[in-house]
Amino acid sequence: MSAHHVEHCMGTVFSIDVRDAGPWDDAIAEVVAWLHHVDAVFSTYQDGSDISRIRRGELAAADADPDVLPVLELGTEIEAETGGWFSVFPGGELDPTGLVKGWAVERASGILLDHGSRNHAVNGGGDVQLAGEAGPGQPWTVGVADPHDRTHVLTTLTGRDFAIATSGTAERGAHIVDPRTGAPAVDLASVTVVGRWLSRVDAYATAAFARGAGARDWIDGMGGYEAVIVGLDGETTVTSGFATPARTPAA
Amino acid sequence: MRRVILALVSTVTGLVMLLSFKTHQTPLTASTAAGTGTGSSGSTGSSSSGSGSSSSGSSGTTGTTSGGGTTATGSKTVTGDEAQTRYGPVQVQITVNNGRITDVETVEYPTDTPRDAEINQFAIPELNQETLQAGNAHIDMVSGATYTSNGYITSLQSALDKAGL
Repeated sequence: MSAHHVEHCMGTVFSIDVRDAGPWDDAIAEVVAWLHHVDAVFSTYQDGSDISRIRRGELAAADADPDVLPVLELGTEIEAETGGWFSVFPGGELDPTGLVKGWAVERASGILLDHGSRNHAVNGGGDVQLAGEAGPGQPWTVGVADPHDRTHVLTTLTGRDFAIATSGTAERGAHIVDPRTGAPAVDLASVTVVGRWLSRVDAYATAAFARGAGARDWIDGMGGYEAVIVGLDGETTVTSGFATPARTPAA
Repeated sequence: MRRVILALVSTVTGLVMLLSFKTHQTPLTASTAAGTGTGSSGSTGSSSSGSGSSSSGSSGTTGTTSGGGTTATGSKTVTGDEAQTRYGPVQVQITVNNGRITDVETVEYPTDTPRDAEINQFAIPELNQETLQAGNAHIDMVSGATYTSNGYITSLQSALDKAGL
């Protein structure tokens, strides 16, 4: 028996879809507990979270939850990889929010793998880690939401064992900032990045969105990652790894 | 501010690692700089961009096995034992230069799961270009800008979840 679960957490919604024969109650319970644990440790909205306490100088990172230091280390690695277009210090203050959700979803998929599920998908608010395939011989199909019409799918991607994340302003406005200036990034409508694992895929989507016009060339230069980029005018461009360009949506 | 916190983080990391190294004195093994297999084990969960190679001991000059002593020949990279945490193993690699730790890298994160080589392979997904008519495309998941809990209610993903639950 496959399993499907929806969990509200971190101010968004997580969808867990396991396609292997179950039962999966214990595995899903562990994933749900994991997500809420991550929220309790990393939330910048909860005064009692480890990150909030570190920000106030009440807690040393070394004394915090054992996941804190590895996440900050990962964040500094990704900052270097993105040339500073992604940072866990956006605007100068510690805020790993841009990294934590993708990382948590990737690990949630890891929990399911540990429980023996080879074929599942975990979607954290629009950022998805996919394992295996949707059915025997059938790859996963993921729709890319049209940033100009969220009820419309711009294109679909089919594959096995990949991650996909989208950054854009369609849902929460101009919330992505250029970490170097603190100014909102407003050059593009959305950037969708695919790659193997969601931690970096998600952070790279954010970095590419902040880059704006340079996003396509930058992703093109990153081995193992591809992107679908939608401009403010609705024009869609894709990186060279996708053999042919995506269609431009009809006006 | 930011530099201060970063410095603090790395100092603290160093301290934590020193402490954990102390408890694992014997199993320390030296390794030449980039070859610790970060990529092949998928330890950071992604990217062939070589996060593990960084600044560590470019020449791998010493490559000997003792953890403690430092030679005057330059930097040495030492990979520590796996430390078991609540959420999985953590393994760090330090670069020692003339007796001082100059770099600390986490080569294995608790994000790790026993993923085999097959699972770590990545093939570029296929981009489908045919015009999608509402309702005729089979879709398993939707990727889009992060929705709020309220935004989810009217999202395509919500509709998929309702159909699948």
